[in-house]
Parts: sequence; C-alpha cells; structure tokens
Amino acid sequence: MHQQTHIEVKNLNVSYGDVKALHNITLAIPDKKITAIIGPSGCGKTTLLKSFNRLLDLEEGVKIKGEIFVDKENIFTPGLEPTHIRKKMGLLAQKPCPLPMSIFDNVAFGPRIHGLKNKRRLYGIVRYHLKQAGLWKEVKDRLYEPASKLSIGQQQRLCLARGLAVKPEIILGDEPTSALDPASSKRIEEIFKMLKSRYTIVLVTHILRQAKRLADYIVFLYNGELVEHGPADVVLAHPQQPLTQEYINGVVS
Amino acid sequence: MNIRKDRRFFEEKLIKGIMRFCALLLAGLLILIVTTIAVKGFSALNLSMLVNTAKGGFYLGKEGGILHAIIGSFCIAGGATCLAFFISTPIVLYINVYRKKRSKLAELIRFAFNVLWGIPSIVYGAFGFTCMLFLGLKASLLAGILVITLVEIPILARGIDEVVQHVPIEITQAALSLGATTGETAWKVVIRQILPGIITAMLLAFGRGIGDAAAVLFTAGFSDYIPESLMQPVATLPLVIFFQLGTPFPSVQNRAYASAFILTLLVLSISLMARFFSKKLSRHRIDHM
Amino acid sequence: MEKLRLFKNRIGTLLMKTLSFTVLLLLFAMGTGLFLRSQALLADKPISDLLFSSAWRPSAGEYGYLTFIFGTLMVTLYALLIAVPFSICAAVYLSEYAKKRTRDFFKSVIDILASIPSVIFGLWGVLIIVPMVKEIGSVLFGASSTGYSLLSAALVLAVMILPFIIHIVLEVLQTISVSLREAALAMGATSWQAIKHVVLRKALPGIIAACGLGLARAFGETMAVMMVAGNIAQISISPFEPTYTLPALIANNYGEMFSIPLYDSALMFAAFILFAIILLFNIISWIVFYRVKRRL
Repeated sequence: MHQQTHIEVKNLNVSYGDVKALHNITLAIPDKKITAIIGPSGCGKTTLLKSFNRLLDLEEGVKIKGEIFVDKENIFTPGLEPTHIRKKMGLLAQKPCPLPMSIFDNVAFGPRIHGLKNKRRLYGIVRYHLKQAGLWKEVKDRLYEPASKLSIGQQQRLCLARGLAVKPEIILGDEPTSALDPASSKRIEEIFKMLKSRYTIVLVTHILRQAKRLADYIVFLYNGELVEHGPADVVLAHPQQPLTQEYINGVVS
Repeated sequence: MNIRKDRRFFEEKLIKGIMRFCALLLAGLLILIVTTIAVKGFSALNLSMLVNTAKGGFYLGKEGGILHAIIGSFCIAGGATCLAFFISTPIVLYINVYRKKRSKLAELIRFAFNVLWGIPSIVYGAFGFTCMLFLGLKASLLAGILVITLVEIPILARGIDEVVQHVPIEITQAALSLGATTGETAWKVVIRQILPGIITAMLLAFGRGIGDAAAVLFTAGFSDYIPESLMQPVATLPLVIFFQLGTPFPSVQNRAYASAFILTLLVLSISLMARFFSKKLSRHRIDHM
Repeated sequence: MEKLRLFKNRIGTLLMKTLSFTVLLLLFAMGTGLFLRSQALLADKPISDLLFSSAWRPSAGEYGYLTFIFGTLMVTLYALLIAVPFSICAAVYLSEYAKKRTRDFFKSVIDILASIPSVIFGLWGVLIIVPMVKEIGSVLFGASSTGYSLLSAALVLAVMILPFIIHIVLEVLQTISVSLREAALAMGATSWQAIKHVVLRKALPGIIAACGLGLARAFGETMAVMMVAGNIAQISISPFEPTYTLPALIANNYGEMFSIPLYDSALMFAAFILFAIILLFNIISWIVFYRVKRRL
C-alpha cells in the first residue's frame, strides 16, 4: 500500500529551558488517514502535535530544532508567517475552548478574518459546518447566544465546526474527548470516521482503545523519544519494540 | 507544662485580639471619614450650589455654585480616561498577546508601569508644567487632560494587565490556530474576553482623575466659568474645595464641606460601580478554564 | 488579501511596539525635563549649598532646601511609624485568621479607602485630626499648639498609606504557600507561633518592600499634608510644631513662580529632588518585591 505523506518531521528536538520534551523525532504522517499519537502522559504527545501548527511558539522558554514539512514546505523557515500554516490545520484542544462570542460568530470567525463579508454566504457556511459537526439541530434556534452557554460536549463540536469552517486539510486533536461524557465522545469519534476520507487527522490520545477504534497509523512516544510507528494493525497486533508491547499490554503507563 | 501551654495560648489570644482590632479600626476609619464628610457636608448642601457657577464674590460668601467645577472635573477626568485607554490598552495587549507574557520586555514594561504608578501627582504636575513651557501651552483644559492622562496611564495599564494575564492561553491558541494574526487575536478575541475588566479599570482611573488636585494645580489653571474650549482654563472640584476652605469665612467653608460631600459621593459611587462591573461577567466571557 | 492582512498586522505590531517603548522613555523624560528646568538654579548655586542650607529667602536669592527636606522626612517617618505596625497587624489578621468572606469584605474596604481623593483626607484631617491633636497637645503635654502640626500631617498621611501597605503585605502573605503553614502547625505550633516563626520570617523582605513603597507614596503626598501641616518652615522634631514639606512648597508657591528670578527653577528643582528620591525607593522596593514573589 503506497501512502502519500502530508506532514513530515525531520530530527525534531524541543526543549523547555533545560528540560528536553522531544528528542530527535523523525516521522511521516500519511495523507487522509487517522494517525494516533499514543504514549503515557508527559511523554511529549501534545508538544509534538502543537509543533505542527507552530503553537509551540507561544510557550515560555521553548527551544525548537529540526524541520517539519507540511505539503513540502518547511514551517520553520525564518520569516515565514505561520498564519497560513495554521489555517491548514484545525485544532481541537483537550478542553473545548469557544471564543468569547456567540455561537454563530464562533464559526464565522475564521471565514470572516479570511475575508468573507457576504452575510448570506457566511450563514450558509456556518450552517453547513454546524451540520458537519452534528450540532445544527441543537443550536439552530439560538445561534446568537453566547457559546459559553453550551454544554461541554456541544462546545467541543462547536470547536470542530469552527475549525472546519476555515477549510483546513488537517485536523489536529489533542485528546479531544478527554473532558467529555461517553455519549459526546462517541459522537466525536463518529464524526472523525466520517471526516477521514477528506481530511488528514492527527489524534493525540492516552486511551488505547480509542486508538484501536479509530487509527490507521500509530505513533508511540515514550519520554520524548519516538519508540515505534507504523500502520495500526501492525503496531497494535505485533509491536516490534518491547516497550511498545509493555505499553499495549498495560504494563507501563 | 500546663503553665507554658497556657501562656502560649494567652499570647495567641492577645495577639489575635490586637490584630483583629487593627483590622476593625480600618473599617472604622473609613466609616469615620465618610460620615464626617457626610454630616458636615449634607447640612451645608443646597440645590443652587449644584446648578450655578461661581458668581462674583463667590469666595467672599456671595451667591453662586460649583457647577463649573463639577463639569470641569468630569471633562478632565473623562478626556484623560479616554486618552489613557487608547495608550494603555495597546501596550498591555502588546506585552501579553504579541509577546510572551513573561518575556524580558514584558516584565520591563510592567516594572516601568509599577514605578510610574508610584510617582506622586505633584511630580506629574511639575513635569506637565515644564512640557507646557516647552510647547508654549497655557494652563487650560487641554493641558489638564494631558497631565491627568499621564497620571492615569499606569493605573489603567496595571488594571488591564491584571485581567489580560488571566485570559486562558487556550483562547489565544484557539484564535491563532484558525489562522488569525496576532493582531486579530488581540483585538477581536482577547479584548472581548477582558471587556468587563477594562471597564472596571477605566472607572477606577476615572475616579482617580476626578479626585486629583496636585497635578491639575499647575496645568488646568482655575476659573469661575464652564470651559467653552480646550484652550480655556478650568476649575476642578478638589481645587474648589481647597480654595473655599482656605477662605476665612465660615459660610464659604461650609460650601467647601458641601463640595467635599459631592466629591466623596461621586468617587464612592464610581468605586462601587467599578466593583459591580468586575463581578458582573460579560455575556460572552469564557471562564471554565 | 492574505498579504494585506499580514501587512496590516506588521504595521500594527510596529505601532504598538513603538508605543510600549515610549512608556519606558516617559520615566526618562520626566527626570530629564525636571533636571533641565532646574539647570538655571544649579548653574548659579553649588548643590551642597542648596541641600544643606536652611535659608529659604527667594527674594534675597537664597534657596536652601534643608528645612523642607527635613520636614518631608519627619512627616514621612512619623507616618510610617504609625502606619507600618498597624498595617502588618491588619494584614496578618486578614490573611491568616480571617475567613474568606471577611477578607473579601476588608479588601473592598481597603480599595474604597484608597480611592478617596487626598483633598477629602485633608478636609477630614482639618475637621477631626487637627482639633484632636490640639487637645492632646495642650492637655497631655502642655504644648500650646494650633493643631496644624507635624503630628496631624503624619496621622492623616498614615491613614492614607494604610490601604496601600496592607494591600501589598496581603499579596505577599497570600503567596506564601499553605503547605508551609501546615508544616509548622503539624509540629504542634499554635497559629501565632507558625506565623511568627515561619510566615513572617518568609514574608519579611516583602514587608520591607511594602514599607518602601509606602514611604515613596508618603513622600510625595501633597494636598492632604499641605492642608494640616501648618506650612511654617522650621527645623523641629516636636510633633506639635508646624512643619513644611517639599510637595507643599511646590504646590503653595507655583503662583508666584515667575515673579522672582530663579524661583521657577527652584521649584522645579524641588520637584526633581522628590522625583529622584521616590524613583530610587520605588525601584529598590519593586526589585525586592519581584524577588520575593519569585522565590515563594
């Protein structure tokens, strides 16, 4: 099976002050597949994910070495404005974080800043993406209420709709279901499965079963090192490294 | 052993009593100050004082009011608060959103605001005065506004900075990951989150502007009329109180008490309003982080 | 479109950056402006004569600041002596003993007290403190005093800087971790022992910083002090004698500033002295404060 690469990481090193968070990561993330980054907490999963859209730039005292290519473009090229890199990737955070505005404005925010002003087209876009995220029916009568009034599960789907509305190619999920109730988690997982034919999805998760359910490709990190990566069925069924084996069998966590 | 233990607890009780007394005295002082001004001022207060400007011989005990000073104070504090807002907000957003919150530059600018905050208003007044001489400006409403702007900048900036620092980083990340520029993140997203905080800070700064006397002494001049242009001198409430009190006539001094009562009422209600706004959350604020 | 947005962002960033640096320059500009204005006086008289002479006769061309510096120092010193122990007690009570609701209530009291204009404090001083000091002076010490005195100024000033010092001490105390306190309490110490041996010792530098900031604030206070201090230039340490401070000197005489040669320059030099001293205390105190907060 030949796969196209969407994100390519070469010799990535990330450290906070003297603490190394990621050590020499080299890895290719396949196009239009769900890639799950797994590993125990504190192993650098989130750091790796946030380095893809250069959100790491915001952290205090962070040092980044190495290269990441998104569609063959090195995102660490000096002088490069990260805005169009970030536009390519929708981010779902651990806890859903709506913007301090109405439900409608949350979804319309992205298209608006990227230049869309036509009200009818905006409305169409908002409706379309809320439907995609399975939220339209619940909120169509209260589009102009504050987003903070929604339940956590609804907020996460709103965030997904908001991310999809800027027409990304990649969806980054940082344990997007960890703060949600089981029913909401299930819905998010279903939406992911539906979306994977059109988007490259990278998912950080510490729930092994979720990775099994969703992932086509697995990346296993331990202590900031890349231990093993490969197609999901191979890695999960026949792990090559003893550490991966132990993790999958629940010996280390 | 028992005696030692008793002594320990006796000491504890005594100290605690003294400390509680100090704290209660603090509240007592506030009540004492406000009631003193209220009792003295309320009896001297009448409506004609509020709706008239100072007529000839006002400071000798003749007819007139302090409307011009109330309006003057509002003009100066209002103008200054607006100007200070347009200067402080960009700086605070710059050091918190454009730069990392804990960067060297951010900390340096915070330090500068802290130091500026501690500079007394008489020094601002003197500095404003040297600037006026340099620019060839006369004592006027405009000069008063400019100096009070300088006084209010650190107050406002410190107030806003405190709120911006509490904006969850996730909100910034969410906006940026949609492809927003730092500017769009700061001015379209973060600012909505901190709106109530900004209003609180502006009210507090406004209150300080209204009550300030030493800085406007040099720069706003003094007059008996409502100013008609930015270039005219203007009276302020604190100075009117000060000058009325300085006269030897009891009737004029009584008016000083009444004016002080008005000023206290104004400042207290502004302060309470600010408290109200800081508790009331904005409609769209995200605060479960 | 994309290019325009990024261009806008770049221009905006540049503007905001410039504005931020301007604020840093403001402090510098204040110092330089006042210093340049006092050049006329400094060119005419040696600085030691100005600072260590007590002869203030502008009409005779004599400008000695000693009395005023002394007066300011005395008022500040007395005010601190009254306010500091009081503030520490109140702050420790609020931080260590009081319940959260009581603490929040008192925080409001502190904020409201801090928001009262200095003219109001001055007027209150004239109405309450001055007659009180007059009575105390004559009854207890047999001093014939008008009440407009060093002590009145110090008392009013103490009340004014109270909320200020308490606020900062409270902030320092609250950053001291609960676990530290619990460790002491677990060893069988009473709360007061825990406070005395652990909390206060840890907080000491922060408390000193708070006093430094209170001192700077007291040093520059103008209207309230001017209204109750009597404003007679003399060197006396008796609390019942009138005194005259630097800020009051500036505020009282700005009207005649241009009537006598060098007078304007002399007043600006007074402002410069104030600025320099306050800046120094402010900078030192804030540095100490930052260090304390980082270490806790």
